[in-house]
Order: sequence, then C-alpha cells, then structure tokens
Amino acid sequence: MQLALFIVFGALALGGALNLLLQRHPIHSALSLVVVMMSLAVLYWSLGAEFLAAAQVIVYSGAIMVLFVFVIMLLNAGEEERTQGSRAAYTVGFPGAAAIFCLLSFVFLSERNAMKASDIGGDLSNAVDNIAQLSAMLFTQQLLPFEVTSILILVAILGAVVLARREQ
Amino acid sequence: MTHLTDFELFLLLSVLKVAVVLVVTLLGVAYTVLLERKLLARMQNRWGPSRVGPFGLLQPLVDGAKSFLKEDMNPLAVERPLFILAPIIALGCALISMSVVPFGAVTRVNGVDMFQIANVNIGLLVVLGVTSIGVYGITLSGWSSNNKYSLLGSLRSTAQVISYELALGLSLVGVVLRAQSLNLRVIVDSQAAHGILSWNIFGGFQFVAFFIYLMAAFAETNRAPFDLPEAENELVAGYHTEYSSMKFAMFFMAEYANMITVSCVATLLFLGGSTSVFGHLFDGFLNTPVANAIFPVCWFVAKVFAFLALYIWVRGTLPRFRYDQLMGFGWKFLLPLAMANIIVTSFILAVRG
Repeated sequence: MQLALFIVFGALALGGALNLLLQRHPIHSALSLVVVMMSLAVLYWSLGAEFLAAAQVIVYSGAIMVLFVFVIMLLNAGEEERTQGSRAAYTVGFPGAAAIFCLLSFVFLSERNAMKASDIGGDLSNAVDNIAQLSAMLFTQQLLPFEVTSILILVAILGAVVLARREQ
Repeated sequence: MTHLTDFELFLLLSVLKVAVVLVVTLLGVAYTVLLERKLLARMQNRWGPSRVGPFGLLQPLVDGAKSFLKEDMNPLAVERPLFILAPIIALGCALISMSVVPFGAVTRVNGVDMFQIANVNIGLLVVLGVTSIGVYGITLSGWSSNNKYSLLGSLRSTAQVISYELALGLSLVGVVLRAQSLNLRVIVDSQAAHGILSWNIFGGFQFVAFFIYLMAAFAETNRAPFDLPEAENELVAGYHTEYSSMKFAMFFMAEYANMITVSCVATLLFLGGSTSVFGHLFDGFLNTPVANAIFPVCWFVAKVFAFLALYIWVRGTLPRFRYDQLMGFGWKFLLPLAMANIIVTSFILAVRG
C-alpha cells in the first residue's frame, strides 16, 4: 500500500516537474508546480511526517502558488518563445546538473547503512502524533534558529510594507 | 461475512461510508438550496418555490434535471482544459473536506469506525489545506473564461480568500490550544464533559474566536455580505459568467457544499460536535446500542442545520460590503483580534495549567 503510494506520487511529482519545464504557457507551468508540491506532500505523509505534509499543502500549494498564479494572471504573461538555448546552458548547465545528480547518489548510496533500510510508510500504519514532539523540539533545542527565522520574516514583512507605501 | 479477510472488510465498509456520505452531502446541498430559497422568501414576505411537489419539496430534483438537460455551451476563446478543470476543482475540494468530519460518536463495526471516513491526527489542517486548494477553482475559472468580468471576479475572490484564510486559521488556534490536538475527534471530546457548558463557545470562552471564525468563514465561502466575487450589479455573475449547464451547476453546488463543510467545522470546533446539549444528564435514558449510535448523529445534524439557517438569515439581512471595506475589515480588525485572542487564551491556559 505505502509502496504503491510512493510509486504513484513519485511518478506524479516527476511528471509534474517535467511538464513544468516543457509547457510554454506560464500558467500551465505554475499549475504543474502545484501538482509537484501536492505529490511531495503525499510523500511526506507516507513517511509519517503529517505536519510537514499539511504545512506543504497550506503554505506552498495554498498560499505561495496562488500568489504566483495571481501575479501571472495580473501581468497577463504571454507564451514564452522557443530559442535554440543559450551556450551557457550547454557548457555549464548540463554538466552541473549531472555533477549534482552524481554527488547526491554517491552520498545516498554510501550512507545507506546509516539511514537503515528506510521503512517507507511504516509510520503510516501505527501513526504517532508527531506535532507535540515537533513543537517541543522547536521551542527547546532549536529555539534560537526558530526565533531568528521569525525575526527574519518580520523584517521581510516590514520591508514589503515600506516598499508598498513608498509613493505617499 | 466470515469468508472476507479483515482488509477486504475494511475496504468494503470504507467504500460504503464514502458512498453514503457523498450521497447525503449532495442531497444536503440540493435541499440547502431549497431551504435558502424558502427562508429568504419568508423573510421578504413571499412564498418561495411552492409548485413542484408538496411545499415545493421536489424543486431541487427538477432543478438538477434542468441543469443536466440544458445545452452545454463552450465559448470560442476560452482556455479549454482549464475551463473544464476549474469547476471540477471547485466541487472536488468542497466535497473532500467532509472525509475527516466525525459525524457521530465512535461506533465500531468489525473494527471500522462507522461515523467518520478517515480519522487523521491532523484533521483540522487537512480541512484548512483543502479549503486553500479550493481557491484554484475560482481563480482558474475567471482566467480561462477570457472575459473581463470573470477575471475581475476571480481576482477579487482570490485576494479575499487569501486574506481571510489568515484570520480563519488564527481563530482556530485558541480551540487547538484548549484541546491540545489537531485531531477533530479529540477536539470534540474536549467539549463533551458538561454539555453546553463545556462547548468552546461558552465554557471555553472562545466566543471571540467564534465570531472571527464566523465572519472569516462567510468570506471564505463567498457568501453575503462578502459575495463580491459575484456581485451581479457590478460583474454580471463574476467568475462563472461564461459557464452554462452542468458546469455552472458544479460551481453552484460547490458554494453550498462549502457552506455545509464550514458549518460542520464550526459545529465540531465550537458547538461540541456530535455531543448532546445536556452532557451526560440523560445517559441512562434509552441506553441501547442503536440509540447511542443514532442520537449523536441527530445532534450533529441539528447543529449544522442551525448554522446553515444563520448563514441564510445573514444573507437576508445584511447588505454587501464595499471592496476596500472588506479588505480593511479583514486585515486591520479580524487579524489583530485573532492574534489578541491567541495571546490571551495561551496566557490563561499557562496560568491555570
């Protein structure tokens, strides 16, 4: 069951990501990204990270991507034009992507024992309530990074307000 | 039933539950429309639908048949796949939230809880998440219709839903703090001790949160007095101007299904869910398994019905907001009030706990 979920939604995430690159209209690309986000949320859930899954859906698919779509609609962006591709993409992009892929596979394969045989969705069968654990962790051991992140976001909000009110 | 394995039995019962809940919700949607037309008519000193069947009770069925049989027109310049996808997203998201709602007390048949489709630990977040996905239906319908009124309606609606989602989410934090869980079943149980006195709206002192939730929920479902996305005197019909036949009916059903979902969530979070108004006062009375299964469902339906009636009453009473008033109200009044409510609630809980 859990393996089936993983295969279906992993494939959906990959398909969405490819579609994001291949679609020519910005709205279609943005919607493909929504599909990727939702599939990732299901994958998180099948690994037992319920809160992360819900946050992924609410924050990314529900708020950030809606804003993306909103802006694309407002700007009435047209279809993108196809070019032959820049030379930088061929000289740096493809080798870079290949290098990152190799590095990640090397790390995952060499650390396979440390991660154990990951029990995909094992937590789904006897789900524990991990929100209490998560919040205890955030407010004790990770308190400083948590508060610093909050202040960072507050500064960003203030900056946005100042920029928006500049003309008055 | 002994020749079925546990898994087959679970699958069978789950499919049965989904089918029953779907049919009951859709019937509920149809009759909420009739209820609204009847109640509004009485408030305006009219009769309302009264010709089809006794008291007009068959009106929703006839309306449904009419929607099916009408010509399904597709304007030429629409963005085809999204134009068709939009009503499906709207209706789908409106119906999915019902899957985590507990309708009655825990009643197990062969180990399967019969009055809830899925009991998940983050039930409340699932409802919020699905609601926030539902906005795509309206956004995409407005954009893909290739019509300026549709686009304006959907822009208004998107901005409105995103703004009021914050106040809605924050108003629920007080309830979550009191129940110490996001599981809807646990939240209901936290209000079960003394009947009406331990409901979050009274005994829990969450009435501020309830009124924030009430107003944010009206805005989330695009209902009066916040029905700017389809303000007919400014925008023809808003985001569904170009839709006809069954595709229009799907938007219409989505609006009422959303109303029912919001009423269910309000019942669960503030009005004690499926628990009795009298608490455990009449527990000895009619203490049979069947009665114990049926009465909580009746309480739940009665509370949802009362909340729906409130929706209709407000629509019959209040005029529509102006757009800047709507935004100012959401950001400058509801949001700070919700935050103050969180701070006061957590302070009191910390002092008492």
